Amino acid sequence: MASSVPILAIRDLRAHFHTRRGIIKAVDGISFEIQKGETLAIVGESGSGKTVSQLSYLGLLPMPPLRIAGGQAFFHDTDLIKAGKDKLRAVRGDSISMIFQEPMTSLNPYLKIGTQLIEPLCLHRKLSKKEAWKVASESLEKVGIADAARTMHSYPHEFSGGMRQRVMIAMAITTKPEVLIADEPTTALDVTIQAQILELLGELKKETGMSIILITHDLGIVASVADKVLVMYGGKMMEEATAHELFSASSHPYTTALLKSTPRVDIPQEVLPVIGGSPPDLSKLSPGCPFYDRCALRLDACKETAPKPCSLSPSHRSFCHLETVQ
Amino acid sequence: MSSTLVTTMDSSPEQAQLLTSTDDAGISPWKDAFHRLLRNKIAVCGIVFLIVEVTACIVFPWFSRYSFETQNLEAALSPPSAQYWLGSDALGRDLLVRILYGGRISLMVGVLATFVTVLVGVVYGAVSGFLGGRTDNVMMRVVDALYALPFVFLVIILMVFFGRNIFLLFIALGLTQWLTMARIVRGQVISLKQKEFIEAAHSMGISNTAIVFRHLIPNSLGPVIVYLTLTIPEVILQEAFLSFLGLGVQAPMASWGTLIASGVGSMEVAPWLLIFPALVLSLTLFSLNFLGDGLRDALDPKGAKD
Repeated sequence: MASSVPILAIRDLRAHFHTRRGIIKAVDGISFEIQKGETLAIVGESGSGKTVSQLSYLGLLPMPPLRIAGGQAFFHDTDLIKAGKDKLRAVRGDSISMIFQEPMTSLNPYLKIGTQLIEPLCLHRKLSKKEAWKVASESLEKVGIADAARTMHSYPHEFSGGMRQRVMIAMAITTKPEVLIADEPTTALDVTIQAQILELLGELKKETGMSIILITHDLGIVASVADKVLVMYGGKMMEEATAHELFSASSHPYTTALLKSTPRVDIPQEVLPVIGGSPPDLSKLSPGCPFYDRCALRLDACKETAPKPCSLSPSHRSFCHLETVQ
Repeated sequence: MSSTLVTTMDSSPEQAQLLTSTDDAGISPWKDAFHRLLRNKIAVCGIVFLIVEVTACIVFPWFSRYSFETQNLEAALSPPSAQYWLGSDALGRDLLVRILYGGRISLMVGVLATFVTVLVGVVYGAVSGFLGGRTDNVMMRVVDALYALPFVFLVIILMVFFGRNIFLLFIALGLTQWLTMARIVRGQVISLKQKEFIEAAHSMGISNTAIVFRHLIPNSLGPVIVYLTLTIPEVILQEAFLSFLGLGVQAPMASWGTLIASGVGSMEVAPWLLIFPALVLSLTLFSLNFLGDGLRDALDPKGAKD
C-alpha cells in the first residue's frame, strides 16, 4: 500500500494566524499522505490544529489573518497551496468534499434539500437540473434514506440530526469525490446514530474507493475505522502510525497519556487518568516540544530543541527526544 | 410544523402515510411563517384593510361619477351627503375620489420607494457584511456619512435640479431610506456567515456571488420583510410631508399629504377635509404596523411571546 502514489500528500504544512496578539502557529509542520481507499484519522485535543490543518490548504480560511507560512499540499500533481482561487474552487466539492460537525446547521433552512443537493452537481459536473436531481436522489438512497424522492422536496427542519448528517454525506458524495474530509462528523450525534454514520462512511468507502480524512478526538472511532492515525498537539505532529501500531505500541508520551485517559469498560477504574494542565497558548510556544509543560517523561532537551522525527517502522514515526536518546 | 407532527404521531401509520403524501412538497419555513401569521388576528385585520384599500384605490375611481378634477363650484365645501359621500372641497371636488386617487399616489410612492430601498439596501448590506474587513469598514462609513446628510435638503436639491417628477420622488425617497436596511442586512449576513451551511457551501466550491444571493440573502429576509412593513409607512409619511411643503405631487393631482395639507387650511369651515384623509392615512399606517408586528412574530417563532 505504501509504495503506490498518494492521492493527497501534505508536506511540512505551516499555517499561521497573524493576529494583534502575535503570530498563532495553529499548524506547524504537518506532513501526511493518503492513498486511495485509505482512512486517515487526525486526533488531538480541541485547539490542536486538526481542523485548521485541513481547511488551510483548501483555502477555506480567510487570508488574512491566516497565512500559509510554508509547505506543499499535492493533490495528484497539483500543489493546492500554489493553486489559484478558481482552481481550488473547482477541486473543492468535486474531488475533495467535506462534511461538518454540526448537522443541524449545515443545511440552508430556506432551501429544499434537493435544491441544495444538486448545487455541487450543477456547478462541477455541469449537469442540467433534471439530471442532477436524479443523481442527487440516487445518492440519498445510497446514504440509507428510504424515501429519497420525497426527501428531495423536504426542508431541513423536517429532519433529525442523524438524518441531516446523512443528507450532508449524500451532498458530499454526489460528485464522487476522491477524498472526503469528515470534520468530527459524529460529535453532535448520539451514540447509536454515531455508529450508523460511521458504518455508512465505511460502506461508502468500500463502494466508491474514496479516501477519508477523519478529524476526531474520539479514540474509539479511530480504533474502529482508521487505517492510519496522525496525532497532533499544539499545532505540531506528535506521532504518526497505523491504527494497529498506535494502539499496540504507541511511543510518544502524549499518545500514551491520551490512550490512558480513555475510559475503559474492561478494567475497573476508580478515577479516570487525565493529562494535567491545559493545552498551550499557541502564540507563546517555545521552540521545543509543545507538550513539554505537561509531559511526565520530559527531558532537558525537550524545552529548547524541537524533536526530530524518529522512525520506529516504515509507517510509524514519533516526534520525541526519548526515541533519539534510547 | 408542530401540528402536522402531532397528528402524524397520533394517527395510525396509514393515516400518517396519507397525511404526509398530501403535502408532498414539504413545508418551507416561509409557508410555516405564513400559517402563523394567519393565526394573528390583528395582523389579519391589517392585511384585510390593506387589501380592501388597495382594491378600492384601483377599482373605485373607474366607476365613480367624478374624476379627481371634476369641479362643481355650486357644491363647494358641502359636508358628507348622498351626493358626496365624504363631502367636497372648496372647488366642489368629491373628496372620496380624491382620497382614492391620492391613495394611488401615496401607496405607489410607499411601495416603489420601499422597493428601491430594499434593492439597494439588501445588496449593499449583504456585500459589505460578506466581504468584511476593510471593505466593510469603508462601506459602512459611507452609510454613516449619508446618515448625517439632511434628507430634506437632498430631496429639495434633486427636485430643483431635475424638476418635479413623481419617479424622481420615488428614487429620492428610496435613496435616503436604504441606509437602515443596509445596516440590518449587514448585521444578519455577518451572523449568518459563521453558520455551518455557509462554510459547507464554501467547501463545495460554490462561488461567492452564489453564496451571497442563494444562501445569505434569502436567510436574512425575515428582518428585511419586517422592516419593509415599517419603511412603507415611513415613506408614505415623508411623501405626505414633502407634499405638505409643496415639493411632492402637483395639483390638481392629489396625494394624502396634499389633501391633509389643504384640509388643515379649511379645518374650521370644513373639518371633513382634514378628518377623512387623516383617518385613511392613520388607518393605513396602523395596518402596516400591525402587519409588521405580526410578521415579526411569525418569522421568529422563538422570540414571539404567546
